[in-house]
Amino acid sequence: MVEFINALRNPDIAFLRYALIAGMLGSIAFGIVGTYVVARRISYIAGAIAHSALSGIGAGLYLQIKLGIGWFTPILGAVISALISAMIIGYVSLYARQREDTVIGAIWAIGMAAGLLFLTRTPGYIEPMSYLFGNILLISKNDLLLVGVLDVVILILGALFYNKFLAVCFDEEFARLRGIRVGFYYLLLLCLIALTVVLMVTIVGIVMVIALLTLPSAVAGLFCRQLWQMMIFSSLFCMLFTALGLGFSYIYDLPTGSNIILVAGAVYLLCVIGNSLLKRRKT
Amino acid sequence: MNEDPVIVIKDVNFSYGGLHILENVNIKVKKGEFLSMVGPNGGGKTTLLKIILGLLKPESGEVHILGTLPERSRNRVGYMPQHTLFDPQFPVTVMDVVLMGRLEGRRAGPFSKADKKAVTEVLEEVEMTGFCKRRFSEISGGQRQRVLLSRALVGRPEILLLDEPTASIDLEIEHKLYEILKELNKRMTILIVTHDLGFVSHMVRRVICVNKRVAVHPTGEINGKVIQEMYGKDIRMVLHDRVSGIEEQLHG
Repeated sequence: MVEFINALRNPDIAFLRYALIAGMLGSIAFGIVGTYVVARRISYIAGAIAHSALSGIGAGLYLQIKLGIGWFTPILGAVISALISAMIIGYVSLYARQREDTVIGAIWAIGMAAGLLFLTRTPGYIEPMSYLFGNILLISKNDLLLVGVLDVVILILGALFYNKFLAVCFDEEFARLRGIRVGFYYLLLLCLIALTVVLMVTIVGIVMVIALLTLPSAVAGLFCRQLWQMMIFSSLFCMLFTALGLGFSYIYDLPTGSNIILVAGAVYLLCVIGNSLLKRRKT
Repeated sequence: MNEDPVIVIKDVNFSYGGLHILENVNIKVKKGEFLSMVGPNGGGKTTLLKIILGLLKPESGEVHILGTLPERSRNRVGYMPQHTLFDPQFPVTVMDVVLMGRLEGRRAGPFSKADKKAVTEVLEEVEMTGFCKRRFSEISGGQRQRVLLSRALVGRPEILLLDEPTASIDLEIEHKLYEILKELNKRMTILIVTHDLGFVSHMVRRVICVNKRVAVHPTGEINGKVIQEMYGKDIRMVLHDRVSGIEEQLHG
């Protein structure tokens, strides 16, 4: 670990520092939004939104490299495509309930298919693996700024509408009876999920980001009584998993995303087993 | 004004996916009444309840609740859903759940001290003081049901609607609920949706029978024939106990 801490100070490998900062900042948003995802049981929706982001990443690269539109970065593309998917899924689940799962599955795959097409038509060699499984070399200073801004947005909305989000997630019908615009808050929540998921795509990648969104909250959910407690603890767990994963990946020269997810998965598994053993002892 | 009915349903029709669920429904409920709504599953009880709450719009006909449209009277109507419908793993405390009854569409930010005080008072009324910080999933079915009742009461409603309050509740708790509702009926109109004719037969004067069509009977008129018409022959055997229960009531 000393090796890792020294490396963080080394100006020649600034990307490691950026990755850690991005991970810590992103963990705040992940803890908050992940808690809603776990409590409302919509991780498959978050999964579809994350995977569909590949289409935006592909489009961003294509526009940047092939058409020379410099400002259209892959991350911007990812944000746009994730938001569009979130809106489509939200509308389908609110207003056309019957085939919600089909639409979610379709968006999941169509997003990836479109992304892959863009990537193959973009000149030069682009490694899709970087986006699918994360690559901390891709993190720039601008990304840190983006993550920071999104954190602030999520914190403000989360604090302002906490009671409403809670009611909408717990009992949609009752929330509607209390005069709350359930559709609006549900769509807002899905949009926040879309923004959050994109934050960590560069670190853990599209395929694995969903685990980092849900596992810390699932661990926190084992012992928290209230949603806000769960948010605080899942943010802390998310930070811990990210830092440990980064450390391992640096020391043993292994892929960052995989390490972070495996740490998260291992902790979750241990906690679930420990929890059930504790319960058995009590009874 | 007090003499005006609090619930007026006039010539209401409702269908879903080409299936007629309610046909030509007419109901008037006076202030301070205690009614039950009975009928077979799929007969349209829940639909009618949701129309009263303004969650569903009737295809035709008029609905007036407390002299206005259902969407506008929502804040004056308390609703208690079935307690079995909730995600048992959801991280909320009893306090959190009851506070939802104080939500308002236009207000953002945290709940006030007045909100929390109102919750404490209502919990006292249903004898659930001291449960504030307990997790909603940890408490028993009967307790959960009283928490949901508190949530409906904390907005100070004029009409109270309860959906299957006796579902999966044991007898003792059922009696306790009955006492609480009797007390509440002194200050509000109560409408209970139930399968359980026996539970409400001592308390209600009138029963709304819903099976696509709606008929309102005084409790005394509920006999085997009415029930048979309502549920059809198949269910008659199952209901036999309940019917005799009601007949005993009549004689007693």
